[in-house]
Amino acid sequence: MAYLSLSIWLPIVFGIVLLALGRDDNAGTVRWLALVGAVVSFLVTLPLISGFDTASAAFQFQENLAWIERFNVRYHLGVDGISVWFVLLTAFITIIVVISAWEVITSRVHQYMGAFLILSGLMVGVFSAVDGLLFYVFFEATLIPMYIIIGIWGGPRRVYAAFKFFLYTLAGSLLMLIALIYLYYKSGGSFDILTWHKLPLGATAQALLFGAFFAAFSVKVPMWPVHTWLPDAHVEAPTGGSVVLAAIMLKLGAYGFLRFSMPIAPDAAHTYGPVIITLSLIAVIYIGLVALVQNDMKKLVAYSSIAHMGFVTLGFFIFSELGISGGLVQMISHGFVSGAMFLSIGVLYDRVHSREIASYGGVVNTMPKFAAFAVFFGMANCGLPGTAGFIGEWMVILGAVKYSFWIGLLSATALIFGAAYTLWMVKRVYFGDVANDDVRELTDINSREFLMLAALAIATLAMGLYPKPFTDVMHVSVTELIRHVGVSKL
Amino acid sequence: MNAMNWLAVYPEILLLLMACVVALVDLFVVDPRRTPTYVLSLLTLAGVGAMHLAYFNGGLTHYAMNRMVVTDPMGHLLAFFACVAVAITLIYARPYAESRDILKGELFSLSLLSLLGISIMLSGNNFLVLYLGLEVMSLSLYAIVALRRDHGASTEAAMKYFVLGAIASGFLLYGMSMMYGATGSLDLGKVFEAIGKGDANRQVLVFGVVFIVSGLAFKFGAVPFHMWVPDVYQGAPTAATLLIAGAPKIAAFGMTIRVLVEGLLGLAVDWQQMLVVLSVCSLVVGNLAAIAQTNLKRMLAYSTIAQMGFMMLGLVSGVVNGNTLSAANAYSSAMFYMITYVVTTLGTFGLIMLMSREGFESEEISDFAGLNQRSPLLAGVMSVFMFSLAGIPPTVGFYAKLAVLQALVSTNDSFHLGLAIFAVVLSLIGAFYYLRVVKVMYFDEPTDTSPIHAPSAARTVLSLNGAAVLVLGLLPGGLMAMCAQAIVKALAT
Repeated sequence: MAYLSLSIWLPIVFGIVLLALGRDDNAGTVRWLALVGAVVSFLVTLPLISGFDTASAAFQFQENLAWIERFNVRYHLGVDGISVWFVLLTAFITIIVVISAWEVITSRVHQYMGAFLILSGLMVGVFSAVDGLLFYVFFEATLIPMYIIIGIWGGPRRVYAAFKFFLYTLAGSLLMLIALIYLYYKSGGSFDILTWHKLPLGATAQALLFGAFFAAFSVKVPMWPVHTWLPDAHVEAPTGGSVVLAAIMLKLGAYGFLRFSMPIAPDAAHTYGPVIITLSLIAVIYIGLVALVQNDMKKLVAYSSIAHMGFVTLGFFIFSELGISGGLVQMISHGFVSGAMFLSIGVLYDRVHSREIASYGGVVNTMPKFAAFAVFFGMANCGLPGTAGFIGEWMVILGAVKYSFWIGLLSATALIFGAAYTLWMVKRVYFGDVANDDVRELTDINSREFLMLAALAIATLAMGLYPKPFTDVMHVSVTELIRHVGVSKL
Repeated sequence: MNAMNWLAVYPEILLLLMACVVALVDLFVVDPRRTPTYVLSLLTLAGVGAMHLAYFNGGLTHYAMNRMVVTDPMGHLLAFFACVAVAITLIYARPYAESRDILKGELFSLSLLSLLGISIMLSGNNFLVLYLGLEVMSLSLYAIVALRRDHGASTEAAMKYFVLGAIASGFLLYGMSMMYGATGSLDLGKVFEAIGKGDANRQVLVFGVVFIVSGLAFKFGAVPFHMWVPDVYQGAPTAATLLIAGAPKIAAFGMTIRVLVEGLLGLAVDWQQMLVVLSVCSLVVGNLAAIAQTNLKRMLAYSTIAQMGFMMLGLVSGVVNGNTLSAANAYSSAMFYMITYVVTTLGTFGLIMLMSREGFESEEISDFAGLNQRSPLLAGVMSVFMFSLAGIPPTVGFYAKLAVLQALVSTNDSFHLGLAIFAVVLSLIGAFYYLRVVKVMYFDEPTDTSPIHAPSAARTVLSLNGAAVLVLGLLPGGLMAMCAQAIVKALAT
């Protein structure tokens, strides 16, 4: 069975059907159809992990068809230990997003659901493309639905945020397009990523390629100082948009580092590794401090995302198994945790229509069930042992200490800042006395909200307590990557 | 094979015949909707298009009329798309023209005549034949722009178009006379040989090339010969704008290949430099000026200038250091760019016509506010066109840009690589104003809530047009291969 193709095209087909059939008067049917689409799309990704051969570093579930013969572009799909979990994560988060929008989105429901389903398929495509151009097409195409999502269902400054999101990302990826074409030319007419991995390249070529890929992926991650689109996009996007942005879209950039930058330009990666480590540490420390002073909850979590992604890139560029696996685990756990954080903010926003921390206080008194979840996710966000947030950070710090004591020490401060900004927000929003009438009139979460938060809580807890299934799948591919990056191409 | 070889020019003969028939039949038509002549014109276009496609599939190159005319796959493929462009334009234009009282027999017969001119331009093998084709096309178009006699802006546009077009023709003719003076022949093949032998006066040749390139640049609307484009696009009735913006661009491209590549490839070093300047200027001026526009037709005019600049980048990477190995790759990428650009442009102006109604032109960008709430289908189709023009996958515009960039990068020359990066940076600026149209349609609230009365024929064709842009984006391989095949055969002769 072509599970990868199914994982990509099923949600897209469902999305198109929704766009075609949906009208404002059949929103109920649309919601159910969207849910069915998301669940079915998730189910077809399950065989990818159950049938995954953890002993092999090669791409699995490969599909390889001719696509554009003139440029030797192939419809070549495959997943390895690095990418397979992200396919599942994407499909899983899409279900959550559909559920989260259930009663919240009331205008143009079919377009909202359709956009998210199409986006989900495209993102799966990014993670499973083994052809450079196919990757690029999916990578760029994801901009369109997200642009629409932020622009239609976003907050007051949604137009600004949508443009900023689109143009920032496009600016980076256009340079990558030139890099891809250059590689096509250099490799004698092939867009195959695996061929590129083996392609010998000189130092200058590697540096330029690395720079071009860096432009594309650092914006997407985002790394300091090109992160400024993210707080805007997060704040203005509707809850579902923020969830997908934080949980998956940021990972596209980090994934690109592992799939393109490091294996294609290993020598440049080593040369410029310290630069990236520095930028990552700035993200971890400086952005952590910035997060501390935010008044807007969404902005706070947005900055926290940047800091967490700084951990990921830090882990990647210390070139050790602990670092890279740690970064990958962090990416997945951040997918669950940041998604849940944004959902929690969404739950409050739907009731009070404010994201200001100052508008709340003592929420635990009126929403005990919800507060339990929120506090749990807050703990996970600051990396409490036993939650998913801990594993990745711990692995990266361990790797960083081995690489250099001082870098390890600096990165470990993230745990302090993370705890500081998260717990301080939790304290101000959830604990204390009931602050005002809005909070007094809050009603606790309903079963739909309970369901989506519980699903993420279980995932966070399971990954925190038993991360072995995740690291086992990654192990061979990561080892192979490190071996490959260790060999100079010069 | 006899020297006249009428078979090769059957499509042109049919076109000429039918243009006259349509003009005559229309005298007896009383129906204000002009159904008989409309149907007759479409049937003619379908027939001619089918003939061109059949000839293209035959894949043979013939000379006819004592080598005055050449028919080869490239000419037929381009002519086929020109037929499609004119046919689609007529379908979009009918309701628009009817409500503006310009739905007359002249519209149909002049459209067919302009297509005849295009056909001749695409198959000329002789400077004078090419020039005659250009004039047949241009004169028909001048008249079409002026069809709306009682409308100030249209008349002004027609005047401007005529005067500047005449200057361009003069430039071209002057350049051709230089070529004739230097080589002693008007036949493209003989000119090519004479330049190759090197016994022609190079100074005269280069002097002539300057004028020829300027004349062609007028037709493309490349900077600094672009002044007429925004005014004419905006001022002309939208139906006429589309007749100018669609098929004639294909003709200009075909003529460029005939003249510059088949005739003057020996002077590539010289004309490539000129095209570089033209395309760089066009990219800068087109993209920057488009940002400031509030009128959609004017914005699309500047966007055309920028797009032509991008297309010309494909033409400058054919000959590198005297080596023509990359020529087929480069010219076929430009050809693919041109065809897909025209397919997309048809849709954008088609939508403007569809949205307009009596006494309301719907040409301001703000007229599209909230279109998604009034008609999700039209908004979706329009955004596909906008994303395609911006070059965002999975629309065909992306592959067009990819092909051209690929041609630049594969020259392995740092100057061309620099051009590629420059083009990419400017297309980022371009993305902004295309996105703004999408923004207006999706993010803004509608200011005008009156229902859109789009006739089902136009609506269906528009949907198909949008689908074509999307499907070509998912499966661009076929058309790319056709362009490559056509260019390879054109270069082989």
